Amino acid sequence: MQRRVNIWSNIDWLTVTIYLVLVILGWINIYAAVFNEDNQSIFDLSQRYGKQIVWISTAFVIAFIIFVIDINFYPFFAYFVYGIVIFALVVVLIFGTKVHGATSWLEIGNFRIQPSEFAKIATALALARYLSSHNVQINTLKSYIRIAVIILLPASLILLQNDTGSALVYFAFILVLYREGISEGILLLGFFVIVLFILALVLAKLTIILLSIAIVFIIFWFLNRRFKIVSLGLGILILNISVIYGLNELFKIGFSFYLVILIAIGISGFIYIILAIRHKIKKVVILLLFFIGSILFTNSVDFVFDNFLEPHQQKRINVVLGLESDPYGVEYNVNQSKIAIGSGGIYGKGFLKGTQTKFDFVPEQSTDFIFCTIGEEWGFAGTLFVVFVFTFFLYRLVKIAERQRSSFSRMYGYGVISVLFFHITINIGMTIGLVPVIGIPLPFFSYGGSSLLAFTILLFILLRLDASRLELLK
Amino acid sequence: MDSFANRRHIIRFIIILIGLIFAIKLFILQVADSTYKLTASNNVLRYVTQFPARGLIYDRDGKMLVYNEAAYDLMVIPRQLSPFDTTEFCQILNISKEYIDETIKKAKNFSNYNSSIFLKQVSSKTYATLQEKLYKYPGFFVQSRTLRKYTNENAAHLLGYVGEVDEKLIENDKYYKQGDYIGISGIEQTYEEYIRGKKGVNVYLVDVHNRIKGSYAAGKLDRKAEVGSNIISTIDSDLQAYGEKLMKNKIGSIVAIEPSTGEILSLVSAPAYNPELLVGRTRTKNFITLNTDTLKPLFNRALMAQYPPGSTFKVINGLIGLQEKVLWANTNYSCEGAYFSGRFRMGCHIHKSPLDFVESIQISCNTYYCNVFRSILDNKKYPSIRESFDQWRDYVMSFGFGQYLNSDLSNELKGLVPTKQRYDRIYGEKGWKSLTLISMAIGQGELGTTPLQMANMTAAIANRGYFYTPHVVKEIEGEFELDERFYKKNYTKIDSNYFELAIQGMDLAVNGEPGSGSTARLAHIPNITVCGKTGTAQNPHGEDHSIFIAFAPKENPQIAIAVYIENGGFGGTWAAPTAKLMIEKYLNDSISVSWWEDYILNAKINYNAETSKHME
Repeated sequence: MQRRVNIWSNIDWLTVTIYLVLVILGWINIYAAVFNEDNQSIFDLSQRYGKQIVWISTAFVIAFIIFVIDINFYPFFAYFVYGIVIFALVVVLIFGTKVHGATSWLEIGNFRIQPSEFAKIATALALARYLSSHNVQINTLKSYIRIAVIILLPASLILLQNDTGSALVYFAFILVLYREGISEGILLLGFFVIVLFILALVLAKLTIILLSIAIVFIIFWFLNRRFKIVSLGLGILILNISVIYGLNELFKIGFSFYLVILIAIGISGFIYIILAIRHKIKKVVILLLFFIGSILFTNSVDFVFDNFLEPHQQKRINVVLGLESDPYGVEYNVNQSKIAIGSGGIYGKGFLKGTQTKFDFVPEQSTDFIFCTIGEEWGFAGTLFVVFVFTFFLYRLVKIAERQRSSFSRMYGYGVISVLFFHITINIGMTIGLVPVIGIPLPFFSYGGSSLLAFTILLFILLRLDASRLELLK
Repeated sequence: MDSFANRRHIIRFIIILIGLIFAIKLFILQVADSTYKLTASNNVLRYVTQFPARGLIYDRDGKMLVYNEAAYDLMVIPRQLSPFDTTEFCQILNISKEYIDETIKKAKNFSNYNSSIFLKQVSSKTYATLQEKLYKYPGFFVQSRTLRKYTNENAAHLLGYVGEVDEKLIENDKYYKQGDYIGISGIEQTYEEYIRGKKGVNVYLVDVHNRIKGSYAAGKLDRKAEVGSNIISTIDSDLQAYGEKLMKNKIGSIVAIEPSTGEILSLVSAPAYNPELLVGRTRTKNFITLNTDTLKPLFNRALMAQYPPGSTFKVINGLIGLQEKVLWANTNYSCEGAYFSGRFRMGCHIHKSPLDFVESIQISCNTYYCNVFRSILDNKKYPSIRESFDQWRDYVMSFGFGQYLNSDLSNELKGLVPTKQRYDRIYGEKGWKSLTLISMAIGQGELGTTPLQMANMTAAIANRGYFYTPHVVKEIEGEFELDERFYKKNYTKIDSNYFELAIQGMDLAVNGEPGSGSTARLAHIPNITVCGKTGTAQNPHGEDHSIFIAFAPKENPQIAIAVYIENGGFGGTWAAPTAKLMIEKYLNDSISVSWWEDYILNAKINYNAETSKHME
């Protein structure tokens, strides 16, 4: 059942205000990043700040247009839009223009767009549409597969464009799934895989296997809390290790310690299973499988890392994990970025007074590393303000999403939150050295028409849905 | 029903958690940890221009004439300055506090971000001291560059000098930046594009203590300087030195050309100056002194002084007469010590009479040429003198007179060959006749020629009818070709067979029997047939100028020379022996009669050395 509501009075003006603040702050910092003494006119269209003014104006117009469109358009055409975007991504792969190594631009005359930016909107719409369908139960294999297809199809196409950063954004939709009730077990598993992946890169295999043994026994202890059984299991393992180690030394077989432990675990595992079945001890098999799974996984990580990641991606990960130091290469960017931000101090050097961002120390100052300019020229006061505004913004969006009466709107809302949250976290995180350098823009701040327009559309569709939320009577 | 609504709390929690983590990390980065502040002020980029060494200049035999010497400019970037100990700084550099203030103010006006020159050409010794203490003076750094050095003090006019570019040039040519050097005259100017090489740049990261920390972005932005091309000039440095020696205490010039190529063997303008004077920090001061000198040592007389050609021009008029068929080898004119036409009289010296064409050149009879000149202009072939004059003028111009020769030396003057319009203006279209122009018959009057043009004319005579555009550069090292105009024969409008007669006359002028009336016997060299012609340019301001043109040997000429000695009187007296010494020096590398050399060397002709003491 629907009723007509004056949408203009129901727009969430607070969010619109935050949006304006972000866009304006963004422009000021683009101006500062590109600024040079010779060229000061803000309308100079040869300069990035001049072009950004054009983009901002265009964004405003589009925002307005979105408000004019009927809300039923979005759920109804969600799949259609999704289909068009997938088509565009395929076209880009074939006819795209290469910029910075990624084939993600489509050139139509003088006009250049990046379909991957708009794919996020389409995916958010399609996902919301699918999940809000009447007969969908999220925790079924069928749903898992369909959801995976909706999310991973654009992601893989973008990955094929060699734009890893933009592809990773799609993992953010896990947030939507989480909110909509996906099993915690699946999420935990995913989380554990990531932790293990990192551990496998950072730690030696021997350490990991010993650590895993400790973890498994601790879990085992929590599961049955019987000292006798846990110590028996531990005893069997230690005995096995000692015997095999002894034999290895005695006969000079030449197995490494790692192999010795693996063999001992194999034999122990066999004994465990027999004992478990005989004494009806629960969950031993599951724990064992889990253990074996992680051993296999850690061993395959290196293989994946060496064979599936590009050298520069390996480097970025290694630098963040502290495994590699490369002050003039990959680390250089992060280092310069941290220097720029760090040099800002409490109050910053002042508008246009930045030295680090001015002299091209920091790469991509006006796009991916725009946060450096904020840090350098406005100091801790500035960055704290921006972080606060973003946090508040996301918090506000959660509130907006939660107050939707239609589940489509809510799910779309969470899609918006996922994308923005991922961008903000990764972008700021990378400039301050907390996450690997992944080239994705800071929403509303970074220079670039496609990203600004895409984020604007993404946000304003939600605001449009929100403005009409009262139309739907439950 | 929405059964997972409570999960929103966890999502909110995560959002706030990330916000907090960022806030904490930013606090550490920006407030708690001071290491980044240090690293930051430090990370200043410094663009150090790599000045290429200018190309060296060699003479035609590969003897080095110009090379380079290291010098150091102290540079300043105002934005990077911090308060420093001025007393010590002044002491090291031997400058005043006021100089510091003033220069830094100027630098700031120019640009706060870009470097400007603080002190030019610091000596190697000062540089050594300064280098050790430079860490105390952030914002200053040293840029090495090169200064010109000369192996001897000759050929200053020809080599030219190097100076700082001016504002106007910087605006027009993006290559040059404030403080750059550029060739201002001579070879340095004409071949600047090749000699200068290509500037490079090194981009460094510099720390708070003004120390270079390393290349920025692993040297990605660095560009190596490319050394300038060496120049091999056409100059014979021994001949040049000898010429300058001969011209000591005289005013005038000598231009010697190799007729078969147009290569300038020597180009002397006296008084000359030591090229070292126009190098380095004393350049400006010396320039002013030289510029105010009454003898004008900076003035390149070889290219810029215009004199009437005098009697040497009789050769040209004779050739035109022959070509126009108003004169034949056996045409005789008698001379009674002067040329008379109505009430007009032009004096001549006492000699035998009548004369034929060859003798007329040998003896340089004025009367003969008055007749020849009038027969050219009054030629019945032409409806009026206006046409015949044009024809005459065309012939004259074909020898390179009255126009830029387009050599590779700048500041050439065109000289003067009057047009009929000039006479129309003065006398009216019908108001002038051959007699009006009669002084040009003997190379006086309205004619103006430069020594370079005269040497070129001599080369054209030596070649029997053509010349190569004179030039001072033989080769540019690398893959550069000289301009094609230097490889092209320029034909005069006189048939080559007529030249033999004129050359016969020039031969006799030098090598005629004693008593035969030969005007240039002082230019005689045993075993070499020098062909020459004397001349005397009327000088309204004083004693006439002494002129001599010559080439040798008669067959297969290797050198064509023009000598001008201002106020030297009759051409035979000073110019002819000077030319003879030059020719002998070039062809034989030794002087057969040494008292001739002393005669010229000791001569001091209308030369007030008082005003020119720095010329030594």
